[in-house]
Amino acid sequence: MSIPDLLKFALRALSGHSLRTGLSMLGVAIGVAAVVMLTALGEGARRYVIDQFASLGTNLVIVVPGKTETTGALPGFGGVPNDLTLDDAEAIRRQVREVRNVAPVSMGTERVSFGERNRQVMIVGSTYELLEVRELGMGSGRFLPAGDWDRGAPVTVLGTTLVRELFDNENPIGKVVRIGEWRMRVIGVLDEMGMRMGIDFDEIAVVPVSTGMKMFNRASLFRVLVKLGSSGDVASAQRQILDLIIDRHGEEDVTIITQDAVISTFSSILGVLTLALGGIAAISLGVAGVGIMNVMLVSVSERTAEVGLLKALGVRRVQILAVFLTEAVLLSTAGGLLGLAGGWMAVRLLVQLYPAIPASPPTWAVVAALSISIGVGAIFGVLPARRATKLDPVAALAGR
Amino acid sequence: MIQLEGICRTFDVGGRPVYALVDVDEQIESGEHIAVMGPSGSGKSTLLNLIGCLDRPTSGSYRLGGREVGDLDELQLSEIRRDWIGFVFQAYHLVPRLDAAANVELPMIFAGIARAERRRRVAAALEAVDMSDRADHRPDQLSGGERQRVAIARATVMGPQILLADEPTGNLDSESGSQVLELLDRMNDEGLTLIVVTHNPDVARRADRVMVMFDGRVTQHISADDFHGHLLPYRDPQEAQ
Ligand SMILES: Nc1ncnc2c1ncn2[C@@H]1O[C@H](COP(=O)(O)OP(=O)(O)OP(=O)(O)O)[C@@H](O)[C@H]1O
Ligand SMILES: [Mg+2]
Repeated sequence: MSIPDLLKFALRALSGHSLRTGLSMLGVAIGVAAVVMLTALGEGARRYVIDQFASLGTNLVIVVPGKTETTGALPGFGGVPNDLTLDDAEAIRRQVREVRNVAPVSMGTERVSFGERNRQVMIVGSTYELLEVRELGMGSGRFLPAGDWDRGAPVTVLGTTLVRELFDNENPIGKVVRIGEWRMRVIGVLDEMGMRMGIDFDEIAVVPVSTGMKMFNRASLFRVLVKLGSSGDVASAQRQILDLIIDRHGEEDVTIITQDAVISTFSSILGVLTLALGGIAAISLGVAGVGIMNVMLVSVSERTAEVGLLKALGVRRVQILAVFLTEAVLLSTAGGLLGLAGGWMAVRLLVQLYPAIPASPPTWAVVAALSISIGVGAIFGVLPARRATKLDPVAALAGR
Repeated sequence: MIQLEGICRTFDVGGRPVYALVDVDEQIESGEHIAVMGPSGSGKSTLLNLIGCLDRPTSGSYRLGGREVGDLDELQLSEIRRDWIGFVFQAYHLVPRLDAAANVELPMIFAGIARAERRRRVAAALEAVDMSDRADHRPDQLSGGERQRVAIARATVMGPQILLADEPTGNLDSESGSQVLELLDRMNDEGLTLIVVTHNPDVARRADRVMVMFDGRVTQHISADDFHGHLLPYRDPQEAQ
């Protein structure tokens, strides 16, 4: 029996029950469409996040106290052997060739109050250089004064949301707020800029770095942000910074995070997310497979007499198996193609509605969804097909 | 060609044996036309299925064309059915979604015969049963007699040695029934071995000889010359003695 003959025979059998055939195809189609759509969303989210980080510029290097490999802890939390000091930051600025700008950062939370109103917010202690390193914009007033690394002027720059909540419509410039026990004069307000790398810049107060360190009673910086010149070689700068710290501390007790590393970390986390979404969607393909099995079982029991006839005509068992398996695989393959088309259209629609999310299904997901759907037909078709081959021809012909 | 020796076929029904065939010894020559009669439940269909290799005897020996059927495996049996045997059923058993031509083509598709050859043979087989003008009709568009003629075309298209017909006219009126019987007679004249199970003495009368069955045994052989239509041959052998 040739393949075209087999396909023709199976197609004729399927088209005889278009509603039943259509419904079980729909099951597979929904499964495949779900895989396509969910992986497209996951992939869209991954690209969206990467774009966000990439927009900050690739020439940023972050020095964090603590060594991930040796302490086993996250950098910046516990087990820090040597303090990362302002002098370290100063040395990096002076001695590493590619460096354009260095911004030391200390961090903590404190209550900021003005009159009756107060709010617990994140306090960022830094220097004038943060403005350029983090590409911040000023809404009004000035940023921290330049050159103030260790004096610690009693001044602060606030985020827009914080200003709105503390001052309503009043002009905050020149007013004195209380941050914890400290009285600070507001000299500027940041531009509205929202979340960046996990920090909501609209809800922070920026203070001079030495003030910040005293405020949180810390001897060590939270991190040092290093901006390289546009032609700077990231790997070389990373090496030089590390050598410098080893030289100053006597051991390698900092972790250096580059933009590339951050991006690849997020990329792999979100890649796993995409995989998980695809896996969950693939479960629905299993459900669709049960649907196909059900339809094929009904088909076999309806066509018992036909199977008996085929046996009487001398059709071999494997051929009967092939007939029913082909039907099941045709069902699931057609459903898979249908789902692919549907899922693709849904993704296109989504991109039209939300152009910000670059959703598109990854190739591996499309290939996997289609081949799983074909496999589903083959696997779930086996049981009904085997049942057909095992029918006793005499009983089958007698309608028993 | 067909040699049955001490054939028994026992069914197990709920732990109780049902003796469908008991000690059947028969010899059927190539080209013979045999009728099998007997009351309902006497084992006629069971015998026919056994000869057609759809079923196996519980004990005894069945030789077909010199080969011991009991020694053959499932695959070899299906090849025998394909190449040696044609079946005609009371209920026709045409595939409802296929037209007459496709139904006749069916055994050849699975036998792997080339498309052109198939088309030629379908045309010839439909011509032989006088159904050429109905080739594209589905079974539900045909009368009972026409369906049975299509079924006969299908049963003979592979060129079998033996045609087994289980009450082929059981569902037909006498007019279309005799058309079908004439067709079978003609094929037998051309050398096909024909075994017909029937309750109808008029059908049996056409055969060379009649085997009469009772309770799983062949109790009587009647030659065509001795057969009288007015005599119902269903006799309890005990009564006959
Ligand atoms: N698969 C089976 N299981 C159990 N008993 C069976 C089976 N097939 C046949 N029998 C029994 O074997 C006996 C012979 O049955 P068979 O069908 O051969 O009779 P028959 O002569 O063809 O009758 P009819 O004229 O009604 O068709 C009957 O008693 C029947 O009940
Ligand atoms: Mg019967």
